[in-house]
Amino acid sequence: MLRWFRNPATETQITHGQRLWLYVIAVITMVLLVTPTLIVVPMSFSDSQYLEFPPETWSTRWYDHYFGSPEWMLATRTSFKAAFLTMLVATPIGVLAAYGLHCSKIRFVRAAFVLMITPMMVPVVLVAIGAFYAYVQLQILYTITGLVLAHTVLALPLVVIVTGSALKSFDMSQEAAARSLGAPRWKAFLTVTLPQIRFAVVTSALLSFLTSFDEVVVAMFVSGGDNPTLTRNMFNALRDQIDPTIASISTIMILVTTGMMVLAQVFGQQKTKSK
Amino acid sequence: MEAVRTNEAGLRRDEWLERLKLFGLGSPAILLILVILVIPVGWLFYVSFIGADGTFSLENYERMLKRKSYARIFQTTFEVSFLTTGLCILIGYPLAYFIAGLPNRIANLCLITVLLPFWTSLLVRTYAWLVLLQKRGLVNEWAISLGLWDEPIKMVHNMTGTLIGMVHIMLPFLILPVYGAMKAIDRDLMKAASNLGASPRRAFWTVFFPLTLPGLFAGSLMVFILCLGFFVTPAVLGGGKVIMVSMKIVSNIELFVNWGAASALGVVLLVSTMVILWIASRFLNLEKMTGGGH
Repeated sequence: MLRWFRNPATETQITHGQRLWLYVIAVITMVLLVTPTLIVVPMSFSDSQYLEFPPETWSTRWYDHYFGSPEWMLATRTSFKAAFLTMLVATPIGVLAAYGLHCSKIRFVRAAFVLMITPMMVPVVLVAIGAFYAYVQLQILYTITGLVLAHTVLALPLVVIVTGSALKSFDMSQEAAARSLGAPRWKAFLTVTLPQIRFAVVTSALLSFLTSFDEVVVAMFVSGGDNPTLTRNMFNALRDQIDPTIASISTIMILVTTGMMVLAQVFGQQKTKSK
Repeated sequence: MEAVRTNEAGLRRDEWLERLKLFGLGSPAILLILVILVIPVGWLFYVSFIGADGTFSLENYERMLKRKSYARIFQTTFEVSFLTTGLCILIGYPLAYFIAGLPNRIANLCLITVLLPFWTSLLVRTYAWLVLLQKRGLVNEWAISLGLWDEPIKMVHNMTGTLIGMVHIMLPFLILPVYGAMKAIDRDLMKAASNLGASPRRAFWTVFFPLTLPGLFAGSLMVFILCLGFFVTPAVLGGGKVIMVSMKIVSNIELFVNWGAASALGVVLLVSTMVILWIASRFLNLEKMTGGGH
């Protein structure tokens, strides 16, 4: 153990002992990054009005309250519906756009690419009030359609960037080979290109789902009425007081996100295995 | 000879048509962005120049210059953004350096601690800090039982809480690009530096650190831009004491239904964001950062 302190840790022969401070800082930072989120999970099983850790008495009362509340259930359904539909709309549109921009070499490609990543650069508040105004005109305010369209716009840059970078490392001459053997372009894309960029496509789909599921500001403006999202209701509840029900909802949201991450990992591993 | 030439022209036209068709694949995405984002934001630009009487006027912008409350909002916004970016660099750089020096398998485990909060809903993380930092919260309770301070300190619904929450949310945006830059560095350069007699400190500052600058710059830029337009965390953790531009925009619409004032603020926010991005793009390749371009 003591010898470890005197062993060199870097190329410049700094020893582990000399940079112990770095290890301490790094570990503290990592703990601080992870614990605040995870600590909500045990807290949500507390019986007390004030969330405590560790809970003195355990109970599922905040979960009962959540699952027994029609408002929260409605919001949960809306959120899942919107996230699922956003995934279904944003992924094909984004993959098509990424493919088109990748293959077409006309002059407007650069401009189109910039346009497609603008939703990421424009402050989201502006997207929200802009969509709010547009939806009043189009009469789709507080509808799932409107919510999904706005979330699709927010998800598109991610899909285009993730799929686009996968296409860049893909050897397009494979598709050219398929086409010279007589496959039409769409068939060459579906049978040759798509299977090889599928990891990026699945990642894009999961990112689109999460973009919609976690989104707050746009949902605050364009969801509501019969279709409020979970995040919208949570945000409004947070402004008033610390409602322990939110801890149980947070736990469920963490589960959903972690599930998505695990899915992405599983797909990633399949990809490396098949190679 | 004539026939060959027309054939060539025909081929060229076919190729151009093909490229146009491929470009057309992007049209659903382009159309959607135009209708949902570009046109409404363009309309906001227009509305910001319309006064209360419905004619062209600069009153929405003049108000911003005249009223002290607006100056304070912009000051707060930039203050929060600068402090958050600075703290993220101070905390994030050492962590990225630490992880970049680890063997791959352990490094991947450590990266999960960065990615887990990155993926978790921002609202959930903000809520977690609200719970932890409140007067009867865990941080106060533990600090008092450890004897760090005697009475509960107010750490939330003020600047402290906002900064803690924002730094926590922004850290991954800084760590990931810096880590990427560090991984790309050929460590033999460090060996060469010390071989040539540089002290470890000198080798770090003159060889390693400059090579991480593009990543650090990209990450800081990302954090700063995101901070400028941030809404949720300051709204919840600031408790009405930290008012940033985006919050003023929302209250202008929700409470006062004043589209002119909200739009003008939005235009200023958007223009400052774009100017910062434009200046930054002269120093580094933004397209490389986002994976675009050919």
